[in-house]
Amino acid sequence: MKGYVALEDGTIFSGTSCGAEGESVGEVVFNTGLTGYQEVLTDPSYSSQIVTMTYPLIGNYGINPTDVESDKIQVSGFIVKEACKYPSNFTSTQTLPDYLKQSGIVCIEGIDTRALTRHLRVVGALKGIVATGDVDPKELVKKAAAWTGLVGVDIVANVTCAKPYYFEENPADATNCPYFVVAYDFGIKLNILRILKKLGCRILVVPASYPAEKVLELKSHGVFLSNGPGDPAAVTYAIENIKKLLGKTPLFGICLGQQLLSLALGGKTYKLKFGHRGLNHPVKNLATGSVEITTQNHGFCVDLDSLSSTSATITHMNLNDTTCEGIAVPELKAFSVQYHPEAAPGPHDSGYLFEQFISMMTKTK
Amino acid sequence: MPKRNDIHRILIIGSGPIVIGQACEFDYSGTQACKALKEEGFEVILVNSNPATIMTDPTMADRTYIEPITPEIVEKIIARERPDAILPTMGGQTGLNTAMELFENGVLARYSVALIGADYKAICKAENRSEFKETMLKIGLDVPKSALAYNIDEAWAIAKDIGFPLIIRPSHTLGGTGGGIVYAESDFERMASYGLQCSRINEILIEESVIGWKEYELEIMRDSADNVVIICSIENLDPMGVHTGDSITVAPAQTLTDRQYQYMRDASAAIIREIGVETGGSNIQFAVNPANGRMTVIEMNPRVSRSSALASKATGFPIAKFAAKLAVGYTLDEIKNDITRVTPASFEPTIDYCVIKIPRFTFEKFPEADPTLGIQMKSVGETMAIGRTFKEALQKGLRGLETGKCGFEYAPFDLQGAELEVRLSKPRADRIFVIRHALEIGMSVADICTHTKIDPWFINNMKDLVDFEKTIPADTLSLPKAIQNDFYTTAKKHGFSDAHLAKILKSSEVAVRKSRIDAGVSAVYKLVDTCAAEFEAYTPYYYSTYETENEASRTDRKKIMILGGGPNRIGQGIEFDYCCCQASFALEELGYESIMVNSNPETVSTDYDTSDKLYFEPLTFEDVMNIVDQEKPDGIIVQFGGQTPLNLARKLYDAGAPIIGTSVKSLERAGDRGEFFQMITKLGLHQPQNGMATTKDDAVGIARRIGFPVLVRPSFVLGGRAMHIVYDEVDLLTCVDEAMIVGENRPVLIDKFIADAIEVDVDAVSDGTDTTICGIMEHIEEAGIHSGDSACVLPPHTLSDDIINEIRRTTMCIAKELSVVGLLNIQYAIKEDTVYVLEVNPRASRTVPFVSKAMGVPWAKIAAKVMTGVKLADLPEAVCRDMDYFAVKESVLPFSKFPGADTMLGPEMKSTGEVMGIDRDFGLAFAKSQEAAGNILPRTGTIFLSVKNSMRRNIIFMAKKMSDMGFRICASEGTCKVLRSNGVNAKMVPKIGEGKPDIIDLIKANDINLIINVAGGGKKSQTDSKPIRSAAVLQGIPYITTLEGAQAAISGMESLEKTGFAVRSIQEYCAQPDTVSATSKQLLETRKKMWE
Ligand SMILES: Nc1ncnc2c1ncn2[C@@H]1O[C@H](COP(=O)(O)OP(=O)(O)O)[C@@H](O)[C@H]1O
Ligand SMILES: Nc1ncnc2c1ncn2[C@@H]1O[C@H](COP(=O)(O)OP(=O)(O)O)[C@@H](O)[C@H]1O
Ligand SMILES: [Mg+2]
Ligand SMILES: [Mg+2]
Repeated sequence: MKGYVALEDGTIFSGTSCGAEGESVGEVVFNTGLTGYQEVLTDPSYSSQIVTMTYPLIGNYGINPTDVESDKIQVSGFIVKEACKYPSNFTSTQTLPDYLKQSGIVCIEGIDTRALTRHLRVVGALKGIVATGDVDPKELVKKAAAWTGLVGVDIVANVTCAKPYYFEENPADATNCPYFVVAYDFGIKLNILRILKKLGCRILVVPASYPAEKVLELKSHGVFLSNGPGDPAAVTYAIENIKKLLGKTPLFGICLGQQLLSLALGGKTYKLKFGHRGLNHPVKNLATGSVEITTQNHGFCVDLDSLSSTSATITHMNLNDTTCEGIAVPELKAFSVQYHPEAAPGPHDSGYLFEQFISMMTKTK
Repeated sequence: MPKRNDIHRILIIGSGPIVIGQACEFDYSGTQACKALKEEGFEVILVNSNPATIMTDPTMADRTYIEPITPEIVEKIIARERPDAILPTMGGQTGLNTAMELFENGVLARYSVALIGADYKAICKAENRSEFKETMLKIGLDVPKSALAYNIDEAWAIAKDIGFPLIIRPSHTLGGTGGGIVYAESDFERMASYGLQCSRINEILIEESVIGWKEYELEIMRDSADNVVIICSIENLDPMGVHTGDSITVAPAQTLTDRQYQYMRDASAAIIREIGVETGGSNIQFAVNPANGRMTVIEMNPRVSRSSALASKATGFPIAKFAAKLAVGYTLDEIKNDITRVTPASFEPTIDYCVIKIPRFTFEKFPEADPTLGIQMKSVGETMAIGRTFKEALQKGLRGLETGKCGFEYAPFDLQGAELEVRLSKPRADRIFVIRHALEIGMSVADICTHTKIDPWFINNMKDLVDFEKTIPADTLSLPKAIQNDFYTTAKKHGFSDAHLAKILKSSEVAVRKSRIDAGVSAVYKLVDTCAAEFEAYTPYYYSTYETENEASRTDRKKIMILGGGPNRIGQGIEFDYCCCQASFALEELGYESIMVNSNPETVSTDYDTSDKLYFEPLTFEDVMNIVDQEKPDGIIVQFGGQTPLNLARKLYDAGAPIIGTSVKSLERAGDRGEFFQMITKLGLHQPQNGMATTKDDAVGIARRIGFPVLVRPSFVLGGRAMHIVYDEVDLLTCVDEAMIVGENRPVLIDKFIADAIEVDVDAVSDGTDTTICGIMEHIEEAGIHSGDSACVLPPHTLSDDIINEIRRTTMCIAKELSVVGLLNIQYAIKEDTVYVLEVNPRASRTVPFVSKAMGVPWAKIAAKVMTGVKLADLPEAVCRDMDYFAVKESVLPFSKFPGADTMLGPEMKSTGEVMGIDRDFGLAFAKSQEAAGNILPRTGTIFLSVKNSMRRNIIFMAKKMSDMGFRICASEGTCKVLRSNGVNAKMVPKIGEGKPDIIDLIKANDINLIINVAGGGKKSQTDSKPIRSAAVLQGIPYITTLEGAQAAISGMESLEKTGFAVRSIQEYCAQPDTVSATSKQLLETRKKMWE
């Protein structure tokens, strides 16, 4: 069956449908990772986005039960050059196309994804739509343009958990785990929780809007601010809550978590032209001078200049475009990074940040 | 950390001659290193014995030593140059081993030379297989079970413990020389002892076999600040058990989950850190059990390698160049990515295409050798192809291989059942087409995987191609355009070439091409940019595909396209890449835009900063024409890439491509035997009497007419394939048979074999009016040994002035007759003052780089300029200089890699590489060439002589000399008698089997230091001497088969005794060449004015 990718600026690509039938709007972005499509599909930070993979051969190792970052596919749509129908890996239990069909996700293959990527690089991320069957591409363009988009919209609300829950809690945790962490779920990736758990944390995951007062009552050793989708400035309630937590408990933020922390500190965020999405971004740790190869997934970014008026100092810098990748406010026991130390997918160079959070909690225990 | 300023002068060690397992990739890395270090303001000293390399061009380093790469010689160079540092990681195993020895014997310390880019302890840890394994276990990584043996008894004990099949791997060897898979106890003893022999330290590792597991490679870099990045991951299509160099490999890894890949990445980082490679690149190989993901570490190469060259071309990330910069102190984040210009090198390249490498083999030249692929590398070259899908890349790669296939096409094999299964499980060079056959006859993907152990992902992709082929409508060419458009688009996305479609549609390539273009389907070009389009790219490095967007943009500069040589093979290798690169440099000097087309990832020509534009494409009519359509060049150079582009000349010309230089008609006149014969007669020149036979009777007739011995060869076959010297009618018939098969029943050429003639190679350049001789090279071996295999000397040392003048005259008049514009190579045989023309090649020849280096004149550049219309008169540098020194070219043969193959040289070329020995004294020049080629002439010891009747008289004098020099002489019965009766005291050695110890025993016992065995013609005496030759090769004893060779060797040994070696840079031998002549400068100016 035919399939289309239509962008708000009138650009149209045609290919064939290899996922569910129907149509779906979202912000069209590209990810340059060679591996990790399953983690990308299930990463809540991609909510409301249509992801195109720049690597042309996707689905080669199939879909497996373990490499998921949330309980479902989160992207609004998927675009590839060639989706593999005969995956090969001992862990694989399903093909990518079946997985997408089963989850009702539209996916178009046979697209000149490099042309699409170059277009996005030049004009910036665009509103777009993926659709299957015999539809009028012109109509699609209209629909894409009509969509509200991401800026100023609170998308976190769509992905956060409904009510608090303990992550993979076993009865003994309450007594055995040396640390108790409250994790704000703005669209949290499972691997963050897995790592914290491995490092001895008992974790209570709370909804994005969970009041700071109640968090403080929990007397946790630290609070984690998760990654998540969309425009941080639109998640006002989270910013307010963080303001109340600042200085009262160790804070560690990742991605959206860093943006919210910065806003809470009085900084500003802005939208990048086409964002950072991939597994190969060099980030310099300004304290040690060493370079980490990092996983990235963000369209918004902390405005460096805006931080000068705050108590925050920059700790990490992106070597490709010198944007802000990490900040810290030692006196407030708060720090964060823009990239993804939990990887999944991607390199494991930055795992030390979780240990940093742990030792911070130890000190303040 | 910024650049080190405590070092100023750096010595780079090259890798020496091209051998199996060590080819042009080290010219590529070495050239990059030279450029990078000079760019940083260091004084660069280079040593490399291989004159065919681009790196030994006098302009690449400040001083270039074309001298043998032995610790002894390199020490001399160090003593003379006093470098502050030595960079040993660019010259492959040769460079590394040499540096290791210099360190061990204290030379580096004595002259306080720092080892940069590698640390002695680190190299030991990585290179010593047992130490390496212990280290791996220490950091918690898994390795195949194994143990070390230093003698046969230990070996047996271990084998019993590990069980069969098992792997034998000698320490400190390259390309797995001496290693092997032992399936049965019965083979164990033989293979174990051979392995022990091959190891520099008589050490073999006996190892658990993981044959059939998936094989992966990671290319990794580390800098002095401990930053580590992975440049590229490579997945082998052929699983463990086939050497990576012989495997079809794919980048990036296709069938690993991110979790599995990241585990491998973490392991690699841990390994490079633990081994202690402080700066530079390394290659780490892994085996993965497909059933459960168990990952074991196979080996690490702590240096740039074949794979790192591949990775550089596959990603656009120049590993060697950056490794050189890291070695002098920079960190990755201080180096800019040339391609994006804005981003630093401290990142991991990501790609948006699929890359495939396919090895090229030449088993047809070694019929007696075992064609099964194993853990010892046997391929002589490779081709790389880039496509947006694996299918597209695979088909591109297969046609780029130039083995007569135009893609993954069906070639029927007479194979079924058990026989087929064996051919699937015991891989040979053609396994991929056996798989094609299996798919054709309906074997299931699952079954194919069971037998081949190849990952189903690959086989399924292949099946897609076969299935698509079945759907191709027979009447495609007559379908409506709209439908054709759909069809061609899909076919092209699947990588089908026009030629392949033509076969399927029973049409012609040209017809399909036309129909496709009329249907509006043509190639687009995409950039290799290291970042999957995330950043803008500034380097025009393209590959073709069939999609919507075309990124290639044509400039309005005058442009000339250079067609490269494709994959290396015996008879066509690095020499031609040298010529292509030189052409590119020449065009740059003249202000032309240079466009390089090649498919060989090992080469300098495919470095994106060699030419203005690089198209990484197969050298086929279709792929080249597509580029011609895209670029509309003002000229195309087909003369420099060897036979490959020459074979395309006619078709390109007919399609309207603007070929410059010698006309296609002239190319054909020289190539076609009939026309050639007429031309020679017309010019009143001499050539061996000859005839063309279509039947055996003809053959016998002709042979009787011209008289034996005769030379038999099929027509239209190159590199002397199936060419034989025949001494009697019995042999004649068998050879004619073979020739007819090889030549597909085209007429067989029979020439009078000019016995005991001196062969001469001449290179010349002509601008259509004037002709200049570049060099006249006198072969050491007599005619009958392929020009590519025989040693030759420049200037000629025995030819009379009359002969030389006659050669000049003949060359001039042939050049005129063919109105050559560019290069010309002629081979002559000189017998009793007659100059016979053997062959005329109106193209760059194998010897052009040798002549250029020996004489210090950039002949290839000059020729390229001439082809653009510059006159020789305007090129003052174009003079054949008088030399007050000698340069000897010696060839290097691959026999040690093909146990069982006959090492007798003949008219069919078998060498893979060459070296040059240069000195004021002929003897020393020859001795150096031998030393560099690995046939170390003995200073003392025993020499074995066995010479055919007719020549025994000539050996007496030599024998006398040898014993005067203090050598012990032993000889075969006949020879011995003659020697004794002439007062030479010689020990008699019984014929093989006629009493002990016979010569074989002596060789095995290492009691012989040099063998001179001049066997008579005729099959018998040659087969008799075969065991001696094989034993000698196995034992690495220098072996001489001709009197001329013996003569040269003796003068060599004499000079050695007198003076010993001294070293000198080629810049000193010949005043710095290659400076742009005033006139071409003006030319440049004027042209610039014209077009800018
Ligand atoms: N234990 C093993 N079992 C099966 N095959 C092996 C084993 N070890 C090596 N090989 C094969 O032999 C090839 C050469 O081995 P390697 O260690 O890479 O030596 P080299 O130094 O020649 O590259 C590998 O590419 C792999 O295919
Ligand atoms: N008539 C001949 N007499 C003696 N040797 C010959 C004769 N013809 C060819 N040869 C030998 O065979 C070799 C290969 O022949 P050539 O015509 O050069 O084939 P190729 O195209 O492979 O170079 C020559 O280098 C020469 O040594
Ligand atoms: Mg290897
Ligand atoms: Mg020849």
